[in-house]
Amino acid sequence: MSIFTRIYAPRDYSLTGASRAHAEEIGLASAEWYHSDVPRKEMKALMQRSDGPAIRDTVIWLGLLVLTGIGGCYFWGTWACVPFFFVYGLLYGSACDSRWHEAGHGTAFKTPWMNDVVYQIASFMVMRNPTTWRWSHARHHTNTIIVGLDPEIGFMRPPRIVMAALNFIGIPFIFYDLRTLARHAFVGLNEGEKTYIPESERYKAVFWARLHIAIYVATILLAIGLHSWLPLMLIGGPRIYGCWHMYMTGLIQHGGLAEDVVDHRLNSRTVYMNPVSRWLYWNMNYHVEHHMFPMVPYHALPRLHEAIKHDLPAPNPSIYAAYVEMTRALLRQRKDPTHYARKALPATARPYRDEFHEIEVAREGV
Amino acid sequence: MAWIDACGVDDIDAEDLIRFDHGGATYAIYHAPDGTFHATDGLCTHEQVHLCNGLVDGDTIECPKHNGRFNYRTGAALRAPVCIDLKRHPVRVVGDRVEIELG
Repeated sequence: MSIFTRIYAPRDYSLTGASRAHAEEIGLASAEWYHSDVPRKEMKALMQRSDGPAIRDTVIWLGLLVLTGIGGCYFWGTWACVPFFFVYGLLYGSACDSRWHEAGHGTAFKTPWMNDVVYQIASFMVMRNPTTWRWSHARHHTNTIIVGLDPEIGFMRPPRIVMAALNFIGIPFIFYDLRTLARHAFVGLNEGEKTYIPESERYKAVFWARLHIAIYVATILLAIGLHSWLPLMLIGGPRIYGCWHMYMTGLIQHGGLAEDVVDHRLNSRTVYMNPVSRWLYWNMNYHVEHHMFPMVPYHALPRLHEAIKHDLPAPNPSIYAAYVEMTRALLRQRKDPTHYARKALPATARPYRDEFHEIEVAREGV
Repeated sequence: MAWIDACGVDDIDAEDLIRFDHGGATYAIYHAPDGTFHATDGLCTHEQVHLCNGLVDGDTIECPKHNGRFNYRTGAALRAPVCIDLKRHPVRVVGDRVEIELG
């Protein structure tokens, strides 16, 4: 069997179909999730907000963006521009995702308007409608990898491995993202989006989509007028040539892990990473910890990890190790829709909460 | 309506809250920084998450799941994704006990 072959019918991942009804029927939609025990005083300390770390990181991020952008423009037309655009692309096309994410959670800064400003800038960079994605990500946290309820499931079964690999060069998903923005701007929300975005918020989605589209159109017109790709190298283009790190780290968040469980230890992955990736990714490598306690700021996640690691499966020791684990699981999921990478828990941990997954396994066997 | 004994005044740290379950419903009891006590429904109006694991900051309670915020003194929804206000309940202190009025 090649990796292009599907040997079972795809599950229904729509937010309005049979999977949703089933999740609600068996109580999966409203189940209480597993949490590791953390003393209340310790958790309050971990959740405390601070402007300092995010101001420092944002000044470095935007400062490097400006410097490398200037360098890329100065050396444009020569090979010397390549290293500048390599870094510029990484900061624009990859770091934008973690800034979008953390600011969207309202945990990057203590001051709300700072979160809002960074959220809007990063949403534009990552080509996400800031309104629809704010609500979809809230739903992702409520119903993480619950089929029929989570709008942000990366690998649907059977997994499309080649399509996932294409993410690294931003294609074809940049076209999907632009098409979605255009739909929001000129047509409206689809039925799935309407399941998690309240009516009172929908006009904002239209406004932001139109603004983003207007900026992209202006950039393309400028490129045509100048007879140069340079405007697109600076705006929009990094979402293609600089997004590889975002997908390298993002795909392993949940890839190859369990669906339909109420225990983030089974559907999320914590991976030890090098310091540069952790800075670009704002510590989202501690992904089990983030999902279990999403209001803990990125700079406190290493401390949270230390506090609860006795209750978690061992983290993957590297990005490479995470990819080996995920790829093996994805290849097996091509044949077996119920398979997932299940890690051993340490003796100090409480048992997994996988009762809903077992219901699904029994259902598949019928 | 009846006054129900909920907890002792020392059971909640200042600028914190606890969960109180009664009659099949769940409530949140707050100890404000100024020493006063307050009570609201215990579940966030957005996705029905228990607020008791959230963070109290001054007059606001932050949902532990999605960053939605309410003013727990007024019940007002302050920040998306919460759009619906939180229902408040009267509270009184009798001796060293906190009572909540429920109907």
